Amino acid sequence: MSIRQTIHRNLPLHIAVVAIIGALFWLSSAMIGADFARLIANVGRAGGLVSRMLSPNWDYLLAVLPALAETVQMALAGTTIGAAMALPVSFLATKTITGNHGVTIVVRSLLNLIRTIPEVLAAALLVALVGIGAFTGMLAIVVFTFGFISKLFYESIESIDEGTLEAMAAVGATRAQVAVHAVIPSLLPNIVSYTLYVLEINVRSSIVLGMVGAGGVGVPLQSAMALARYDRVVVIVLAVFVVVLIIDALSAWARRRLL
Amino acid sequence: MRRARRFHHWAMAMVVVGLLAWAFSGVGRGGLGDSWRQVLASIAHGFAHPDLEFVYRGTGEDLLGALALTIAIAFVGTVLAALVAGPLAFVAAQRSGGRLVASTVMTVFTVLRTFPDLILGVIFVVIVGPGPFAGSLAIAAGSIGMLGRLFAEEVERLTPGPDDGLRAVGATGVQVLVHSQLPRVIPEFLSLTLNRLEISVRSASILGMVGAGGIGAPILFAVSSRSWDRVAILFYGMVVTVSMIDAVSGALRRRMR
Repeated sequence: MSIRQTIHRNLPLHIAVVAIIGALFWLSSAMIGADFARLIANVGRAGGLVSRMLSPNWDYLLAVLPALAETVQMALAGTTIGAAMALPVSFLATKTITGNHGVTIVVRSLLNLIRTIPEVLAAALLVALVGIGAFTGMLAIVVFTFGFISKLFYESIESIDEGTLEAMAAVGATRAQVAVHAVIPSLLPNIVSYTLYVLEINVRSSIVLGMVGAGGVGVPLQSAMALARYDRVVVIVLAVFVVVLIIDALSAWARRRLL
Repeated sequence: MRRARRFHHWAMAMVVVGLLAWAFSGVGRGGLGDSWRQVLASIAHGFAHPDLEFVYRGTGEDLLGALALTIAIAFVGTVLAALVAGPLAFVAAQRSGGRLVASTVMTVFTVLRTFPDLILGVIFVVIVGPGPFAGSLAIAAGSIGMLGRLFAEEVERLTPGPDDGLRAVGATGVQVLVHSQLPRVIPEFLSLTLNRLEISVRSASILGMVGAGGIGAPILFAVSSRSWDRVAILFYGMVVTVSMIDAVSGALRRRMR
């Protein structure tokens, strides 16, 4: 530890950081019209809402099951296609196989761009093009999965042991052979667990997709919220939560089995 | 043994194939609509000629105003969450208080995490009325759940050595907290909070759909009125803003390491 790292030297810096964060916080609060007195005064209003949410309308569960199944189908199909597309692209995004720095930079910036697209906006554009329904929702999930998972894939490709690759190259394997016989087998556990992880995220985010007409359980949720039927809202939210829990358990089980 | 394993693999492959077949059959093929050429042409025209006039009008009802509001919502919500989650994390990590208190706090974190942002948005719109403040509170509630858990994990990961050392020379509990534990967790807390801010900006852009302020409402309005030039400028604005926030927060987090 050098003298520059001691608390006495760093104290002015720390105070400055706190002051900047405080000033930004004050500015932002003024901008959004934060009024904590109102929050405390009106907190009783939450009581009525929460009590309506605490008396769920279980009869509605049967009516919402088809939409829930549709959500799971959208998420499964979209995640599969997205992950399958991401795998070859993630090879292009590392120097490990291509050995070309230019390709890496171009592919990575493209992937960064795709990741910044808000999912709702992508879904809204697709709804205009393809029409409303589960197929559109699946396409939106493909876009999101592709952008998100390719980063996870290329980061794990980069972190694998170079030794195996060099050994294969030394005995005359082509780049494609190295990719198929050395990289993919050592990557398989990561591919499986990342894909299951994204599947879970996709089931959760399906709630948003339905709001712009992209099918799934978000469609009944949207109408239940518009009608202020919170007894139905809570049934839908709990149903999605249970599905996420099941996927979580299944993926933990599959991971233990496979890996 | 080996045969049994092979059978397991086959059975699992069959299950996966069956699930995927069910999924794809349910989604259907739903091809392009009849007028997709015209629609695509008008979308492309909109993206080539974004509504630049909307960028700044000086009234606040424009792109820059909506983006600034979205960032402010995310910032206030995330800072509030960090301020609440920080102390609670020490409770949840059983550094102070009893086991029962700790597990109660952990359960609250989990419950908050399971609520989708949109539902939290609706709840706070009911409590404080529609507007960006409701959005901030929704972001804060969701972020408390996530940050609380991550913070508590950091606290649990602390090695007891420095604490024991201070205690051995007669430090009180508060002194151990201030001089040994806080200096070690605060950099980690800041890094996690910055990461959360990136996620919050994305969530804040959705919350407008339930009346909780930010860029969500103009997006929904522009899409439903099919004004693609307006959609395009909102799209470009979001992409640039999210990239900038990610870059700044990434650079800050690298510096802290």
